[in-house]
Amino acid sequence: MTRPGFALPRPGPAPGGEDTEPVVPEPLADDATVDLTAERAGSGVGEILDALESDLVGLQPVKTRVREIAALLLVDRVRSRFGLSAGPPSLHMCFTGHPGTGKTTVALRMAELLHRLGYLRRGHVVSVTRDDLVGQYVGHTAPKTRDAINRAMGGVLFIDEAYYLYRAGNERDYGQETIEILLQYMENHRADLVVIMAGYADRMEAFFASNPGMSSRIAHHLEFPDYSLDELVAIGELMLREQRYRLSAAAEAVFRDYLARRMTQPRFANARSVRNALERARLRHANRLVAADGTLAKDDLMRLEPADFLASRVFGS
Amino acid sequence: MTDRWSAGVLHYAEMGYWQPDYVPKPSDVLAAFRVTPQAGVPPEEAGAAVAGESSTATWTVVWTDRLTAHDHYQGKCYQVDPVPGRGDQYIARIAYDLDLFEEGSIANLSSSIIGNVFGFKALKALRLEDMRIPPHYAKTFQGPAHGIVMEREYLNKFGRPLLGATVKPKLGLSARNYGRVVYEALSGGLDFTKDDENINSQPFMRWRDRFLHCMEAVSKAQAETGEIKGHYLNVTAATMEDMYERADFAAGLGSVIVMVDLTAGYTAIQSMARWARRNGVLLHLHRAGHSTYTRQKEHGVSFRVIAKWMRLAGVDHIHAGTVVGKLEGDPNSVAGFYRTLRCDAAEPDPVTGLYFEQDWASMPGVMPVASGGIHAGQMHQLLHHLGEDVILQFGGGTIGHPLGIAAGATANRVALEAMVKARNEGRDLLAEGPEVLKNAAKRSRELDMALSTWGDVTFDFESTDTPDVTVMPTGG
Amino acid sequence: MRITQGTFSYLPELTDEEITSQLGYALGQGWALSVEFTDDPHPRNNYWDMWGLPMFDLLDAAGVLHEINACRQAYPDRYIRVCAYDSRRGRQTIALSFLVNRPAAEPGFRLGRQEGADRRVRYAIHPYALDRPAGTRYGQS
Repeated sequence: MTRPGFALPRPGPAPGGEDTEPVVPEPLADDATVDLTAERAGSGVGEILDALESDLVGLQPVKTRVREIAALLLVDRVRSRFGLSAGPPSLHMCFTGHPGTGKTTVALRMAELLHRLGYLRRGHVVSVTRDDLVGQYVGHTAPKTRDAINRAMGGVLFIDEAYYLYRAGNERDYGQETIEILLQYMENHRADLVVIMAGYADRMEAFFASNPGMSSRIAHHLEFPDYSLDELVAIGELMLREQRYRLSAAAEAVFRDYLARRMTQPRFANARSVRNALERARLRHANRLVAADGTLAKDDLMRLEPADFLASRVFGS
Repeated sequence: MTDRWSAGVLHYAEMGYWQPDYVPKPSDVLAAFRVTPQAGVPPEEAGAAVAGESSTATWTVVWTDRLTAHDHYQGKCYQVDPVPGRGDQYIARIAYDLDLFEEGSIANLSSSIIGNVFGFKALKALRLEDMRIPPHYAKTFQGPAHGIVMEREYLNKFGRPLLGATVKPKLGLSARNYGRVVYEALSGGLDFTKDDENINSQPFMRWRDRFLHCMEAVSKAQAETGEIKGHYLNVTAATMEDMYERADFAAGLGSVIVMVDLTAGYTAIQSMARWARRNGVLLHLHRAGHSTYTRQKEHGVSFRVIAKWMRLAGVDHIHAGTVVGKLEGDPNSVAGFYRTLRCDAAEPDPVTGLYFEQDWASMPGVMPVASGGIHAGQMHQLLHHLGEDVILQFGGGTIGHPLGIAAGATANRVALEAMVKARNEGRDLLAEGPEVLKNAAKRSRELDMALSTWGDVTFDFESTDTPDVTVMPTGG
Repeated sequence: MRITQGTFSYLPELTDEEITSQLGYALGQGWALSVEFTDDPHPRNNYWDMWGLPMFDLLDAAGVLHEINACRQAYPDRYIRVCAYDSRRGRQTIALSFLVNRPAAEPGFRLGRQEGADRRVRYAIHPYALDRPAGTRYGQS
């Protein structure tokens, strides 16, 4: 817009401005009709849901729930064009499940979904934990919390392990202040901000029991189940394919056995643990090749063998 | 066969002034000349002659050249390109070693480059188009006493162009009545008012009386609006001593700004720039007289060179063209001037007439001033072409308002703010500008009257100074 | 009297929607936003009180408008302005600044003239509001 010759060079609109403002649909007369398929197609929601299906292994209940929410919001949007809805709906959510079950990924997709349907102006995600919100001394908390909220405006504020905000029995804890500020914004800025809390199911339960105000503002609860062994194997194979490795026939069985044992051990973080395991296997693979010190073919560089897994502590020592 | 040092006359090209293989050093000062040789003079010889006559040469071989590191000091013409569409004109690029110039002296720079060569008979016409000032050389100059950023912080005015007006009539008012015009314009909404270039100290109004009355007007307007205001007090005089006396008096009265004319000379201007920085007063330069040598494309010095020299010399404001007003200014050339004044770095761009890259090494920018036949009805074009860091001066466009000077000032200010607001909201200024003005006029009687008085005035003449290259629209 | 500081002071007071639009422009340019307030309207008063720290890395203006309204609620009778700051090399200064609130009644300035020798006058402008101590200058604050 500005001629290159003149003005001091100014940056254009914010970079990564991938999406422009979604078009606000015009109101409809009482006797108008709406083609819901066309509406859905026009919003681009279908692509996001399809990507969710293909990119994430398992998580069937979650995917179903996301579809349901998308349908609800689509219908709600059309209803509002007929003047049937009053005010923006509450969209705040709670994702419960063990670590590594896809909560952050789904939060990102959800933000994009809400943006496409016109409920969020931007659709970015700001991810925080207690330490980003709560201060260490008097007067420190409010600006910290407000800063995180301001950065998330127009998108999603994703609070991981949100229950740590509340420490019962410690009167000097400033987490309560954060909770109060969040409650205010969740109530008054429903058109500007969506809050998604995440963490272990039982602890979130306890958190909500002690903070009924928070609980009442959450519109959607999504449970993220642990992955089954088959699903974990599938995730591992997906990761390997992306990184251009493959398992030899013998290694496949060993890998499966590895996962079956690892699942039962403490601090198992589902998909994250799978990723870590593969990292270590790659390390052993590289060292094995260097020690062998011979000529290599392309397949040697791609193929993981049982030895690359069997060295793990998981197999007992 | 004659060799280089035999007595007699040699072609300049044979004396080493034509070196097509020479690669300019980062520390070289470069110049681009538009050369129109006399019939029968080859272009390389013409370029070499210019290089020679603007550095070390004389018309015949002299043995004393051998007492110096001659090839270090001679100017080197390293490139000659024909001008498209003209069989008789060439652009010659010449490199000068840094040692040729005294540090921090525009007088020396101009004497060196243009002091000797322009009367050379072998050339029908000659124009200095552009120069590249390397950081090594730029750093020896003070540069603008304040610069654009500091000026805004000093005046506390951000986010919009500044507004000014020259007091009219140009000559004849006595001091007290002159001050009345200043007061009305400033209290109505302008940021600055201005002495004209020929107001120095004449029998009908002496400088001291003018300064005293203007400061009364400025201060009163400040009290009434709560904004910082200023009047460019012209301190140009016959001698430096007189100039210092006037400038010190102005500073003593608390003026935020003083003004000099280009006709005072480069040395005086540099002295004033030093004074301005020492005294914390903004320095406005009126480019009086420049059109005698900058306007014609064939012969003279391009204004973009003057702009560069004045930035080095250290002025804070300089008149640089309006595009749509009554004075000469093709949009592309003016774009080049503004870029030269404001930006920290510029790439060569034939469309806007910039021949060289230019790195100012963080030297502050000069605020360009757009003055001459512009009015509120053109505000959208002005903002579009000239951007935000500019001073828009509406002399006649303020003082000629039917409801009075203050109303004229208010009309301009309302039009400007409405246009800036619309631009920030994302509206297309050229297409929607008139509508924005009309809407703003609904809430401002002053602007409404201004638009109906001047709405249709334009100055459409063919420009005499356009770049050689234009952008052709592609497709249908 | 009505002081005309700030970029849009000759236009009718900006609505919240218009303010949001200007904030959106500033965010699009990558400028940080801050809210400041004062009861000293002297044009050379550069340092207004800061309402919280400048807000960096924002993508949306809603949060800023919330802060503006919070400041208006806390100090309804003071001048409040929004500043947009451009931190790029060669600028590093305020890029845009406009008023979003002003006291209901603005008493204006007194022009002080101190006459010296040879017709010189020393001028100083003095805001009438400053005749009262901070905190009691406009209405109830």
